[in-house]
Amino acid sequence: MTTAAPLTTTPASKSETKKLSAAATAKAKLTSPWASLAAVVLAVLWTIPTFGLLITSFRTPEDIRRSGWWTAFTNPLFTLDNYKAVLDPEQAGANLPDSFLNSLVMTIPSVVIPLCLASLAAYAFAWMNFRGKNFLFIAIFALQIVPLQVTLLPLLQLFVSWDIDGTFWTVWLSHSTFALPLAIYLLHNFIKEVPASLIEAARIDGAGHVSIFFRVLLPLLTPALAAFGIFQFLWVWNDLLVSLTFAGAPAISPLTVQLSNLSGTRGTAWYLLSAGAFVSIIVPVTVFLLLQRYFVRGLLAGSVKG
Amino acid sequence: MFTTATTTSQKLLQMGAAILLFAAVIGLILFIAGRFTGKADRAVAALYLAPTVLMLSVGLLYPGLRTIYQSFFDASLKNFIGFENYATILSDPEQLTVLRNTAFWVLVTPFVATGVGLLYAILVDKARMESFAKALVFLPMSISFVAAGVIWKFMYEYRPDQGTVKQIGLINQIIVWLGGEPVQLLIESPLNTFLLIAVMVWIQAGFAMTVLSAAIKAIPDDIIEAARLDGVGPWGMFRFVTLPAIRPAVIVVVTTIAIGTLKVFDIVQTMTGGRFDTSVIANEFYSQTFRSDNRGLGAALAVVLFILVIPIVVYNIRQLRRSEA
Repeated sequence: MTTAAPLTTTPASKSETKKLSAAATAKAKLTSPWASLAAVVLAVLWTIPTFGLLITSFRTPEDIRRSGWWTAFTNPLFTLDNYKAVLDPEQAGANLPDSFLNSLVMTIPSVVIPLCLASLAAYAFAWMNFRGKNFLFIAIFALQIVPLQVTLLPLLQLFVSWDIDGTFWTVWLSHSTFALPLAIYLLHNFIKEVPASLIEAARIDGAGHVSIFFRVLLPLLTPALAAFGIFQFLWVWNDLLVSLTFAGAPAISPLTVQLSNLSGTRGTAWYLLSAGAFVSIIVPVTVFLLLQRYFVRGLLAGSVKG
Repeated sequence: MFTTATTTSQKLLQMGAAILLFAAVIGLILFIAGRFTGKADRAVAALYLAPTVLMLSVGLLYPGLRTIYQSFFDASLKNFIGFENYATILSDPEQLTVLRNTAFWVLVTPFVATGVGLLYAILVDKARMESFAKALVFLPMSISFVAAGVIWKFMYEYRPDQGTVKQIGLINQIIVWLGGEPVQLLIESPLNTFLLIAVMVWIQAGFAMTVLSAAIKAIPDDIIEAARLDGVGPWGMFRFVTLPAIRPAVIVVVTTIAIGTLKVFDIVQTMTGGRFDTSVIANEFYSQTFRSDNRGLGAALAVVLFILVIPIVVYNIRQLRRSEA
């Protein structure tokens, strides 16, 4: 996974490249060649595990069993057969094409629904006055600390009593709910920074809450929505716990569940596991590489400004 | 529409139906809200917040309280047994191993990941191809813990060293190159727990690096210039200028990773399934609740997790308040 990408926009860098930064000064202590060496060592350490499995996924099962992937360079023989095998339900003992679809079907509503609900709620908290507003806002903020584990069994019992267990609805409902506290908090912070005069002007022009929301705020909110959307996408796509609990059945289980099962049952079949891992990685990594700017922005808004 | 979808078209149809249904609810809310003219804040706010409050009450608040209640019941959730589940967690040797492992995870992961992230942020700052170098370390964050588990299980793979059988896991190969005997890395406790922790560090260092790098770049130039004019050396600069300036960010990073680490489940599940003394609270919760059908104990474990998260979150928020004040 070594694709170059247009990268991180960090504040205050480009124009001031000539001045030494605090970090550069600290680095000078580690006399430059050593600092560069250390950086390279770390970068290699961080890349090799993925790279090794990637190479492995293109080697024949026989070669994988007989020699380490690092020997593949002296005797290059690469094939796509592992990918064919892992995508063939009969051979793999796991239905990866179906679970790929399941991951997608699970993820899209689980991103769209909480984003819409959270922007409505954030708008209400930021620009409306009503009794109990602060209390309700703090209560929702506090719900962030509830670990998912605390909710799973009672939710499962609830879903069984509603007769929707084993369907996508359980996943959509639970992921959407779990996302709300953080989404509302982040979007609220963002909406708050919109100048009040803008809202006032719209109001004087006769706009109600609905048209203010759509015409004034939504366009301004786009970067924040994108940031949180990517977060939630990666979170849901990569989730194992919620899916195992509510969507463990083969018909609707996502990639993570199938890959985890594969790892349990065919733990030494590296030709399948390596290819399977990369089938599951390809979508989140693509999203990440394409939308990295927004992702980083969301990360910074979420943690530093908090 | 509410049943299990099996074919591709059923699945896509159901997804479409869900989004349409949801859009209809939102549309209705906005339609009613649009009927209010003037300053009808209370009514409109109630409408805007209704779905959120409903979902959070049913999906988080009620189940959370219910789990606390259930933690006082036996395996079948039929008989009230008071604090017995909690006593088990604190006395049963297996559960004590779980607690010990969880302590290892929380004490090691946040600090090592943050340390590596900070070091790397400093090392590649303003270097050529800085963004590319950062992407390499940041990328593991975007893949699932399951995939990360598979990637590292392969790194740790063991083959008995004899004749034609060669190592295919890099770590054991390095041990052999260095003249050692290959080790069944994921079986030997407590070594295996630290090897699992390494995976979490690998994932989280990128997060630490990104946040800390942004914090470092936000330090005003005049402070650095002033310190330099005062003759502060590189180490002093780091110790007295950089570190104090990014302290709030460091705290947020450490606590955020600590919270994530407490809840880690996927890595343990994928790599060892909690066997060989590697289980942690979050994993033990899952196996007690859904595998061993000891639901009371599972609930108690979830509550313990909850109790452990609270102080970290409170500390985090307090530090944030202080840095903003």
